[in-house]
Amino acid sequence: MSDLELQAELGLGARRQGATRRPRRIAVAEGLAGAVALFLVLSAVMPQLVAPGDPLAIDPLQAFQPPSLPHWFGTDESGRDLYTRVVHGTGNSLLIGVLATTIGLGLGVLLGTLAGMLGGFVDFTVNRVLEVLFAFPGLLLALLVILIYGPGVATATIAVGLSTAPGYARIIRAQLVQVRSSAFVEAATVQGLTPRRILARHILPNTLAPLLVLATLGVGQAIVWATALSYLGLGAQPPAAEWGAMLSAGRTYITSAWWMSFFPGLFIVLTAVTATTLGRAIERRMRHA
Amino acid sequence: MSAHPVTPAAGPAGPPALRVRNLSVGFGRSGADPVVSGISFEVAAGECLAIVGESGSGKSVTARTLLGLAGADARVQADEMSIAGASVLALSEASWRRRRGRDVGLVLQDALSSLDPLRPVGREIADSLRLHTTLAPAERSSRVLELLDSVGLPDGELRSRQRSGELSGGQRQRALIASAIALDPPLLIADEPTTALDVTVQAQILELLERIKRRGTALILISHDLAVVSRIADRVAVMSNGRIVETGPTHEVLGRPRHAETRAMVAAVPAGKPRGTLLAAPRAAGPAAPATAAAAAAAAAASAATSAATATPRPARAAAPDIGPAIVLEATGLTKGFRMPGGTRLLAVDDVSFRLERGTTLGIVGESGSGKTTTARLVLALSAPDHGEVRVLGRPWSSVSEQDRRPLRTSVGAIYQDALGSFDPRLSVRDILRHAVALDGPRRPDTGRPALFGAHNGEAQARVAELLDRVRLSPALLDRRPLELSGGQRQRVGIARALASRPQILVCDEPVSALDVGVQAQVLDLLDELQRELALSLLFISHDLGVVQHVSDRVAVMNEGRIVEQADAPSFFASPTHPYTRRLLSAVPRLP
Repeated sequence: MSDLELQAELGLGARRQGATRRPRRIAVAEGLAGAVALFLVLSAVMPQLVAPGDPLAIDPLQAFQPPSLPHWFGTDESGRDLYTRVVHGTGNSLLIGVLATTIGLGLGVLLGTLAGMLGGFVDFTVNRVLEVLFAFPGLLLALLVILIYGPGVATATIAVGLSTAPGYARIIRAQLVQVRSSAFVEAATVQGLTPRRILARHILPNTLAPLLVLATLGVGQAIVWATALSYLGLGAQPPAAEWGAMLSAGRTYITSAWWMSFFPGLFIVLTAVTATTLGRAIERRMRHA
Repeated sequence: MSAHPVTPAAGPAGPPALRVRNLSVGFGRSGADPVVSGISFEVAAGECLAIVGESGSGKSVTARTLLGLAGADARVQADEMSIAGASVLALSEASWRRRRGRDVGLVLQDALSSLDPLRPVGREIADSLRLHTTLAPAERSSRVLELLDSVGLPDGELRSRQRSGELSGGQRQRALIASAIALDPPLLIADEPTTALDVTVQAQILELLERIKRRGTALILISHDLAVVSRIADRVAVMSNGRIVETGPTHEVLGRPRHAETRAMVAAVPAGKPRGTLLAAPRAAGPAAPATAAAAAAAAAASAATSAATATPRPARAAAPDIGPAIVLEATGLTKGFRMPGGTRLLAVDDVSFRLERGTTLGIVGESGSGKTTTARLVLALSAPDHGEVRVLGRPWSSVSEQDRRPLRTSVGAIYQDALGSFDPRLSVRDILRHAVALDGPRRPDTGRPALFGAHNGEAQARVAELLDRVRLSPALLDRRPLELSGGQRQRVGIARALASRPQILVCDEPVSALDVGVQAQVLDLLDELQRELALSLLFISHDLGVVQHVSDRVAVMNEGRIVEQADAPSFFASPTHPYTRRLLSAVPRLP
């Protein structure tokens, strides 16, 4: 006999309370993540407002300055202000993250919807293709694409997008199949809704709503992957102000000028953590809404 | 508060199996209202006390408390709580663990989730033997076989090796009872032990519990259904809002219910109440409610003899509209098979034919697996029959394409057992009804889209308000989602949605099976009222013959995919001909 079940039933009241009253720690984390996200978006849209300098301006006399009041994050080997460069790199990194996620999600929705809606042979084929893609670790798949089409920001973006697509496709297909056979879709049929209206009003919204969470989580992952590719010299090329490329450039001087890799790295971590925290927050809201 | 200290009628000498005095249980902050407040009762060995009440009355919390399972945040207070003379008040978790199973056993409603799906049943039952006794493994397994045999599960060797998923609902419940009585505890608590079961299986389980009681075990039976417990309970305690409002010997409580709550519960039992009798009497009603056993028996006799019921004359039905044929729904030779694992074919529905006359109710009754849900799906054209045909309003229905059928869909509404699952989880009550109303309304000439759509469309709003009023729901619920509603409210929303298209036929697939008897009574009353006012024709599918008896003009009994008996309700209940029907009828819980 399961005592657990008893406890769960009795704890119902308590659980319901817990749902509305979030622990303070989570609320603080969500607030912090919101503030960081606001700062990042501002940096991406209007970098001049946050850091008025020129990210490419060289000043050899100021090379390798540690963090100080005039140079908050220090300077690099050519005397460029790292704070300015990190802020100006935000746009690039966020854009790559969002674009890659969009590509991955778009492909995923397309494949997943085809498989889920048409079923039969299409479903079978799509599933086998996805299994082949799953066999490659994501980053390896991205490397493969770059190997064929050459390094660069655009290729890196597409490569990351492609390598995240199979996961999205799988989830969308499963969700679609589940929603399609749910009782409320049958009830809509009984009410006399046309298949097209059922698809638009019930099936698609219920399939795609959970994707919002996944996409937010995915942006963080895509940024990390894109910077990883840049770090390997396969994405954005120096002297472009891109976090991965800056991290890579700082690697050479890591023993003497730690700030050159530390601050770009900090921003990568901050962005990924922020995206994840926001994604989880949305997920929680949706579950308890 | 009227806490009657109850003394067992003729208890043997020695302490009672259970004595509880002035028990209160609360949760959460200390200022919050207690869930159970100041209840007292006693159960003697070989006696059965039934604690009945609606959901939320505190009966289950009481049961959990008696097992020390009220929960970590529960505040339990009592003047006395003792099992077989030993106080169990404020025991530590460790000492509760030693007592559970040995001094007090528990049988839960849902045997499927109470048994570990991955472990053989025999091992589950042996658990308490392993924990509380020093029996050797071989002795344990022979004791398990003994136990299985004593709860009416022959083939113990085979059964003990099966997992809970391989057993039927009744077998699972028996296995659960076997594990509860493994150590022969002096006190057995059964919390809604038969609620999820078919009536015939329910009758068998109750018989088994009665046998255990006669062996000298004290039994506490917890239920929301008076009729179920009245079979084996010696005494009844009625709970409401955490208090025991009435208690006494079963025949006295049922025969002369003193408290309004008890009277409502007695009145809510549908079996034997003629059509048109209100089941859910207004709570504030004075002494009048026709709820005495004598009145109920008289009413049952009257309904059995002739349909001209005398208890509460049913207002005349709205004149049926003169349009269309008298037979609104007709099924002929419906057959539907499914392929089973292993390649065999199972005929879920086998040559089923029936006709539904305008303005009447056809009840289809059968136990789980009898094919009644498949029949409902065929009638709703959610799946196509292998053979046979369904015609709606004299027009072809199952034989045409969905596109050709769609215009006729507005004539056929449906309500489901799982009302919650039948709503899009994203939508509020307002959206659900608004969409349904829009479907029925006129179309814009230019786009062909429903004209009654926009959120601010006055006509659509008025229609939604009218629907809510019809099903007696407060407009305050409009912005809630079905998840936030009670079971009864959900079913009302489901009925409102079905009515939006002004259907002539309403297919009800187990519409009240998931509801408490009290809520069930209200929903049945509502359906009856709607049928009279809107001249609806109802296809009412249920496993509960008592409910079907109350609502139907004509009854069809399904067993193993076939209709074994079909007749007009009065003659059906007066003289059932098929042996299966007779067995089903005798198993229906009734008030004595």
